[in-house]
Amino acid sequence: MSAAGPWRGLRRTLGALVGCLRALSGDDAYERYLRHHAAAHAGPALTRRAFYAQREERKWSGVSRCC
Amino acid sequence: MKKIVGILLAAAGAIALGGIAMHRSEPINALWIVTAAVCIYALGYRFYAAWIAARVLTVDPSRATPAERHDNGRDFVPTHRWIAFGHHFAAIAGPGPLVGPTLAAQFGYLPGTLWILVGAVLGGCVQDMTILLLSTRRDGRSLGQMARDELGPCGGFAALIGTLLIMILLIAVLGLVVVNAMKHSPWSTATVFATVPVAILVGFHLRHLRPGRILEASVLGVALVLLAVLGGGWVDSHAGLRGLFDWSSLPLAGFVIGYGWIAAILPVWLLLAPRDYLSTFLKLGTVALLAVAIVLLHPQIRMPALTSFIDGHGPLFGGKIFPFVFITIACGAISGFHALVASGTTPKLISSEADVRLIGYGSMMLESFVAIMALIAATLLDPGVFFAINSGAGIVGSAPAAAVHTISSWGFPVTVQQMQTLAHEMGETTLFARTGGAPSLAVGMASIFGNTFGRGLLSLWYHFAIMFEAVFILSTLDAGTRVGRFMLQDLLGHLYAPLGRTSWYPSVLFSSTLIVAGWGYFLYVGVIDPNGGVNILWPLFGIANQMLAAIALSVATGILVKSGRARRAWVTLLPLAWLAIVTTVAAWQKIASPDPRLGLLAAARALAAHLAAGTLAPEAAAVAPQLIFNQRLDAWLTAVFTVLLWLVILDMARVCVRKLRGLPVPASSEVPYQAARLLPLTLAAQLPQEDGT
Repeated sequence: MSAAGPWRGLRRTLGALVGCLRALSGDDAYERYLRHHAAAHAGPALTRRAFYAQREERKWSGVSRCC
Repeated sequence: MKKIVGILLAAAGAIALGGIAMHRSEPINALWIVTAAVCIYALGYRFYAAWIAARVLTVDPSRATPAERHDNGRDFVPTHRWIAFGHHFAAIAGPGPLVGPTLAAQFGYLPGTLWILVGAVLGGCVQDMTILLLSTRRDGRSLGQMARDELGPCGGFAALIGTLLIMILLIAVLGLVVVNAMKHSPWSTATVFATVPVAILVGFHLRHLRPGRILEASVLGVALVLLAVLGGGWVDSHAGLRGLFDWSSLPLAGFVIGYGWIAAILPVWLLLAPRDYLSTFLKLGTVALLAVAIVLLHPQIRMPALTSFIDGHGPLFGGKIFPFVFITIACGAISGFHALVASGTTPKLISSEADVRLIGYGSMMLESFVAIMALIAATLLDPGVFFAINSGAGIVGSAPAAAVHTISSWGFPVTVQQMQTLAHEMGETTLFARTGGAPSLAVGMASIFGNTFGRGLLSLWYHFAIMFEAVFILSTLDAGTRVGRFMLQDLLGHLYAPLGRTSWYPSVLFSSTLIVAGWGYFLYVGVIDPNGGVNILWPLFGIANQMLAAIALSVATGILVKSGRARRAWVTLLPLAWLAIVTTVAAWQKIASPDPRLGLLAAARALAAHLAAGTLAPEAAAVAPQLIFNQRLDAWLTAVFTVLLWLVILDMARVCVRKLRGLPVPASSEVPYQAARLLPLTLAAQLPQEDGT
């Protein structure tokens, strides 16, 4: 798949946009965690489900929304 | 080059402000206000914020941030500045900047506009950026902890109590805003009810079907709530179903209280977290859409620059322009609440100290711009219509003919026919006395959207706006109740240790019930108040929020002086002094004014006299004792806020004087310097590698 010219640029722009949305919403948090885990720790990583369960607990244990 | 841009900006800002000043006697276009705002923000950001960051806060990009030092891939994660900006903005932007400017529009468009711009650039943005940096230098410690560490136990205690009370008042007043938007409106009620199962569905999706696929679940949820707006319209047109959703305010308040209680004791993934995803998406989308629509439509502002209500006789709330415009508009100009988000969550995301200007100062500028847009949406309405929607029945009478007569006699002509046509266009039976700001904002937003994107859909746009505000508010209500519960558990844990365990279910149940009972009480009294309740609760919330800002600014000033930067401490001292004056004068007037429209104690006395003389209608007499009790309670609360405020200020002054005299002061809690090794993040590196991983 080597789309050339303007299509490639468009794909990259769209990809970056989706990437930004994923980063903003936390959609990519698990992948980010896996990368960190692979780089910094030995042993098994959390499962996707367990990771998001912990993430939500933590997020809603402090002031994370305002007036 | 940069100098030229700065000069051009200054010139454009001066022309726009000049334009606003010259147009005083005739309608002005909203584009003048938008231009002035954008120029003032740009100047503030380019010069004042940059100077503060470099010379006052001594931002040091070579210093490692907590996100780098404690990177754990979970809460401490070095994040690109624009992504962190998005997270921080989504966290600070709530319904506050939508409601406050709408209420303050009773003074005309000029006072609110000037305060939102000046307050944000010199106050709110400075507070947010300063607290963000101070907390980043302290491993993301909370405002309360910083107050305790840097000033002493008094400041920490005041911050804790202040936060708890603000939370309760905020939730009560927002609940009241939702109730007033839903009462006797089957369309709104059905739509808002439908958002609850949608949130639960999204919650199940994220927990059990496809864990963590937040983006797809949010898109699905947003599509469903948009369908709910259409579905509400169908319910409204269905003779049989219509009656089921035609609720008066008291049962609606019961629903909101019950909802808040259930949401507080359920696990977060079921209702709170998914509702927040929906509300964040709707919030960012609607704000962007509104900005585009205002620029495309560039409507005329119909409200005069100043109204006669600056003398204190306004129908939305009592009190003169000074100090009440500064109390009514807290969020959007300066909001103490932001200091709680800027200390805690966001510092753990910052990858370089250099980013605090964009994330702290910049996010608040955007929030301030949301307030400007809300002000435009309120002031483009015909003033007569604006006052007819926002004046409580206790002020202008409950009969439409009486209400339009009173409002027209103020010099804002409006007719019953005009209000009926408008209500019909918006798909409502009546728009009279829909206090609280949400309905008039929705009418303003509907006319902006409708005129920009298609006039035939006014009723859909109106109910979209109501749904947007309600989802937003219910999400703040859930989150606020939960945070309040944690704080209460923290306090109660000192009395009986097991109550402090946040996961012990009896304690969860007990403390959640106490918090919900607290705001539920104020909501209930607000609902039975014939003047709409918002007129009392919103100024109280404003005073509380400004008090919290004063605490944050005291902590910041204290730290600046302690670290040998007394000569530049005026940067935080200036907004602090202004807030201290404004809050104290407002509190004094709320407590001691002999005018029953303004003074809480005077209002209680006047009502008690009427009750004793037997001049009240039977239904008014039935609720009078509760209203009298509540007004006295509110007066006491106001006094408590003022005392807390001055305790913190004096505590800060004591520490500063000791420092200047060379006496010992609490040691700085700043984490020692450690060199940053993290390379500057690029947005591309932040993004997940598509297909690759």
